[in-house]
Amino acid sequence: MLNMDWQVFCQDTLTGDAVAGCLGSGRDITYLNWIFTAWGWTVSVSLTALLIALLVGSLIGVIRTLPDSPWLVRLGNAWVEMFRNVPLLVQIFLWYHVMPTLVPPMRDLPPFVLVVLALGFFTSARIAEQVRAGIQALPKGQRYAGMAMGFTTFQYYRYVLLPMAYRIIIPPLTSESMNIFKNSSVAFAVSIPELTQYAMQVGEETSRPIEIYLAVTVLYVISALVINRIMAFVEKRARVPGFVVAGTGGGH
Amino acid sequence: MKKQKQLLVLTALSLARIKSSGVVNLGVRDSSGLAFTIGGGKYVGFHTEMAERIIDDLSKQAGKPLKINYQVITSQNRVPLVQNGTIDFECGSTTNNAARQKDVAFAVTTFVDEVRTAVKTSSGIKSVNDLNGKTVAVTTGTTSVQHLRRHERGANIDFKTVQGKDHADSFLLLESGRADAFVMDGSILAASISKAKNPKDFAIVGEVLSVEPIACMLRKDDPKMKEALDNSIKRQIKDGSLAKLYDKWFMQPIPPNNVALNMPLNESTKAAWATPNDKPAEAYSSKLLAK
Repeated sequence: MLNMDWQVFCQDTLTGDAVAGCLGSGRDITYLNWIFTAWGWTVSVSLTALLIALLVGSLIGVIRTLPDSPWLVRLGNAWVEMFRNVPLLVQIFLWYHVMPTLVPPMRDLPPFVLVVLALGFFTSARIAEQVRAGIQALPKGQRYAGMAMGFTTFQYYRYVLLPMAYRIIIPPLTSESMNIFKNSSVAFAVSIPELTQYAMQVGEETSRPIEIYLAVTVLYVISALVINRIMAFVEKRARVPGFVVAGTGGGH
Repeated sequence: MKKQKQLLVLTALSLARIKSSGVVNLGVRDSSGLAFTIGGGKYVGFHTEMAERIIDDLSKQAGKPLKINYQVITSQNRVPLVQNGTIDFECGSTTNNAARQKDVAFAVTTFVDEVRTAVKTSSGIKSVNDLNGKTVAVTTGTTSVQHLRRHERGANIDFKTVQGKDHADSFLLLESGRADAFVMDGSILAASISKAKNPKDFAIVGEVLSVEPIACMLRKDDPKMKEALDNSIKRQIKDGSLAKLYDKWFMQPIPPNNVALNMPLNESTKAAWATPNDKPAEAYSSKLLAK
């Protein structure tokens, strides 16, 4: 049953001949070279999208909790509902096929940028929701304390609310960061040569789809696990002694 | 001993099983250029209709009308379904190649698809060499991707490839201008173009990059069944009914849109009909390279 042939990765991608040392050179690449290139695309799409998602998500999450700015709150709510309620794959197609016809200059943007925006904004809606939850989980007194100190709105968010809110939401942020790696597989739908596309293409070329899919799965697991470990490290380093998550009698 | 006998019954040759049950399990495709559905459980297309005629011949042999049980298959499940006997044979768009011949058998080749290039007529691209510095679309999960890479190296030209997720997507890349050319099997290109908003804007150009012999697939080690299929196909070639069928499905308007594919019989297919054979794709490519 388990009749696997891992030598397939050492084959030249044009001739199918085994290459000594498994790695080709120049234009003569092996399927092993190719899988690393594909992994590179997956990692670049995911990390860039994650960066956008964290920045935009934090901004939107914060404006949704601002006091006395109903229009900013509404804008934030609209953003979250719009990007959260449309399936990711549909959003990718909207960015790739629909937006460039509505906004002609977007036609010249490389697909990479469009995918990163789509994936980043989609995830930003989810992160915004978490940031809002983190801020609202803090006792009201913290905001008032900040105000009483004479801080401006920006200052009490920066020095009082956000440092604690981020600590609270590290666990869901970890999930979201791992999700973005897995969601990056939709980039395949708009011709980004990433791992999922590699699996479909090379599985067909080599007639060894099981080995190919297993290798691709392992790379996805490694990527997600690295993010998981980094976030665990951050969580540990950022921990405030005596502060239990949410600050209200937790710790069980 | 008894167990062996049971096994023998289980793997009984298709022809004998068909005769005793009066039912043929025919594998059909639902969205290939050669075999597709028009909805409502109706399966049509060049290869589907050819298969129905094969079954007519089988009926004559059996001496009673056989009932056809249409079973939709996909690229992923067709080989296992033939192997385990769920379907007696299938006529769709399966390429006869050496790797598959290890698992299944093929009837004589009835259609040879030529991998070529579709471009916008306004682009001025006439051959593969004109693709230098251009962007070429090709569908993920097809062997054309590899042929294209080989050709790029052989002709020592440099172009960018983008891989569409399916044929419709690849054609959209060409139509929307994200790609300058779409390299794929001729039948797929012709079908895509016929469905475009303005079919006149597109043309199929350039040399044949590779050929794919398409044939009906059946269980391995069932010589009687293979002989029955081969004989029926050879009969259809000889009396000209296969050529008529080709004209009906590739030159005349066809459902569901009543648009003609306008794809005249190519040289490779003519050759395959002149000397019916079940050679795998590999036997063709070596000939192409020698040219």
